[in-house]
Amino acid sequence: MNEIPQEEWLFEIKPKSSVFTLQLDEVWRYRDLLFLFVKRNVVTLYKQTILGPLWYLIQPLFTTLTFTLIFNKVAGISTGSVPPFLFNMAGVITWNYFTACLTDTSDTFKANASLFGKVYFPRLIMPLATVITNLIKLGIQCLLFLGFYLYFYWQGMSNTFSIYTLFFPFLVLIMGVLGLALGMIISSMVTKYRDLTFLVGFGVQLLMYLSAVMYPIALIEEKMPQLAYWVQYNPLAYIIETARFLLLQEGTVSPLGLLYTVAVTLILFLFGLVLFNRTERSFIDTV
Amino acid sequence: MSYGFTRPQQLYTKYETPQPTTCCHPVEGHNSQLTTENNSTPSMKPHNPHPTTHNEVILKAENISKQYRLGTVGTGTLSHDLNRWWHKVRGKEDPYLKIGDTNDRSTKGTSDYVWALQDIHFEVQRGEVLGIIGKNGAGKSTLLKILSKVTAPTIGSIKSRGRIASLLEVGTGFNPELTGRENIFLNGAILGMTKKEIASKLDEIIAFSGCERYIDTPTKRYSSGMTVRLAFAVAAFLEPEILVVDEVLAVGDAEFQKKAIGKMQDISKGEGRTVLFVSHNMAAVKSLCTRGIVLEHGKVVFEGDIENAIQNYLEDQNSTAHRNWKNEDQSRPKADFIELLEVRVLNKEGAIAINHSIFDEVKIEFQYNILKEGEFFTHGFNLFNAENIHILSSHDKNSLTLKESLPLGIHKKTITILGNLLAEGSYKCSFAIMRYGPFHVEFHEMDVVGFNIIDEFGDKTVRGSYSGHYPGLIRPELEWKN
Repeated sequence: MNEIPQEEWLFEIKPKSSVFTLQLDEVWRYRDLLFLFVKRNVVTLYKQTILGPLWYLIQPLFTTLTFTLIFNKVAGISTGSVPPFLFNMAGVITWNYFTACLTDTSDTFKANASLFGKVYFPRLIMPLATVITNLIKLGIQCLLFLGFYLYFYWQGMSNTFSIYTLFFPFLVLIMGVLGLALGMIISSMVTKYRDLTFLVGFGVQLLMYLSAVMYPIALIEEKMPQLAYWVQYNPLAYIIETARFLLLQEGTVSPLGLLYTVAVTLILFLFGLVLFNRTERSFIDTV
Repeated sequence: MSYGFTRPQQLYTKYETPQPTTCCHPVEGHNSQLTTENNSTPSMKPHNPHPTTHNEVILKAENISKQYRLGTVGTGTLSHDLNRWWHKVRGKEDPYLKIGDTNDRSTKGTSDYVWALQDIHFEVQRGEVLGIIGKNGAGKSTLLKILSKVTAPTIGSIKSRGRIASLLEVGTGFNPELTGRENIFLNGAILGMTKKEIASKLDEIIAFSGCERYIDTPTKRYSSGMTVRLAFAVAAFLEPEILVVDEVLAVGDAEFQKKAIGKMQDISKGEGRTVLFVSHNMAAVKSLCTRGIVLEHGKVVFEGDIENAIQNYLEDQNSTAHRNWKNEDQSRPKADFIELLEVRVLNKEGAIAINHSIFDEVKIEFQYNILKEGEFFTHGFNLFNAENIHILSSHDKNSLTLKESLPLGIHKKTITILGNLLAEGSYKCSFAIMRYGPFHVEFHEMDVVGFNIIDEFGDKTVRGSYSGHYPGLIRPELEWKN
């Protein structure tokens, strides 16, 4: 590229970009689009439904109720001093946020192929919009949680919010990034190998049982010590467990486990970002 | 627009296709044939009607090639990917880049890989409107996709000095649940506008679309025409430095199309925007573009003045000066008493010819077979130009066959088109057999033959010695008197 001085060209379209051009500045330039997508996602989701955004609340409410009946009343899992209902709800809400981020981003390319095939904008906008949309959903569900929390507090529950509760948003961030990272990796690979679509469906369900959603980590260590490493190596288990600790002062916080979670999240995120950026250049030919 | 007599005539360069060997290498270090780029096409410059045009290359495509794999993505994909990866690890070239056929849909190739685009070079000046024309499957859409960053080229690069916005479809990302107003914002943002920009143009957009009344109604309640109008309105107010437009003008009703073309002209002419325009509508291409490139089977076969580009594109169409059905009794155009056997385009010497000088007469001879006696009929002839505009129609209104029955067997009828009547370009003819009283068309065969009128200078022509662009659908010799 000698004949044209470099600075004269604004940009260049090439077959392959270097691995680490993440074009985050471009994402920033398209921030308006990001928020319009979020708005679209929120506004259109429950159009022409009678209950509207109430569906955001009904789903976790009934999941929590079911969990409480089956795991606590029937199976008798102990949740310490916390009412089982609240224990489960904390787990369900945080778990839901993660899975929503993962499953909604995991078909980014496939679901938006017709849009992506017609116009260019940083593809990362799409999964980001999904994660933010789910954040709004999480916020609404947290209000529901707060309602029940106050109810049980009034009923004489001993656990209260503490200074640690302020770290909850940090945890949400880790979860969002982790969901986004896995979603990006899967969505990139799905463009060529559709097998992964099936994996995500039941994989997420199986993962829930390994992520200490409806039981404390301590319980599995006590009851099934030989299999506990499945849970101990699962970064999500630490997130859920920590979430419950931050919200309910129940359970354990493992600083090492958290550090491990953050590290895994960051590595997966970087890997996902690189893969996603590579895929977005020509996925339209294979999707 | 007004056709000023300004554009240079006959100024074009037949595009030299680069050597095929270049396609097999990665782009780095592959600019040997591009070193004289800045003045490679001096012939396009002398009369540029755009006041804002500077001699500055705003966009430059070098060696663009795009390879596709045929068949399904599935079995074999993984093995090829692994093989590719293995070559890369050892620092070798991608083994699949060396193979691949030229993109010709109708012939069966030998390779699973096909080059949808091969060695595309072109430059676009700031303020220029470049038309990209070619038949279906010539690679236009692939090129547009690469330009708009929807997909990356396999090899080659495009360098740009301006931001590119693409309009490959109107209404991309429209959500039927959202209102018209919400969709304007969403669609505008998808096309690269900021919220602020859209808000400042919102009133204009709504006014242009003519959907004021429905603007706060979900677009799923719109008629399809309204949706398209709204979508085009958003796109019309895009303000990128380079606009890439696909066949988007072919939407809406005639009135709206006129409005859309007018808006496109404003964008390209008035505002001096650089536009790359793809269309099958030659009239639109002609009225909007200043320069054109013709693609064929993924290669640039012509680059130059838009008139000549269109000519080049059209000449290649499958028109023929001689059609003969004598050996194909199934496909003959026919009615119960008559069938067409042969049509020939003849020059003044009486020989079959496809090219005719603008001042020479063109004879078209129809040969048909009478199958049943006692029928009264006549002949009709229609002439269409390359843009499919119906130039003229002629009935053989005084034909003897209207009063007298022809005997069984082969008969001929010849029509003569005078010299100095048609403008230069390609023409297609249709032939009909009709009855009068009551009027009835027995058959009307389109595209029976075609011919080209070649422009020339000189006393025998209407043009005379004038060398500029000579507009008009027809070019008859008329008398000027004091």
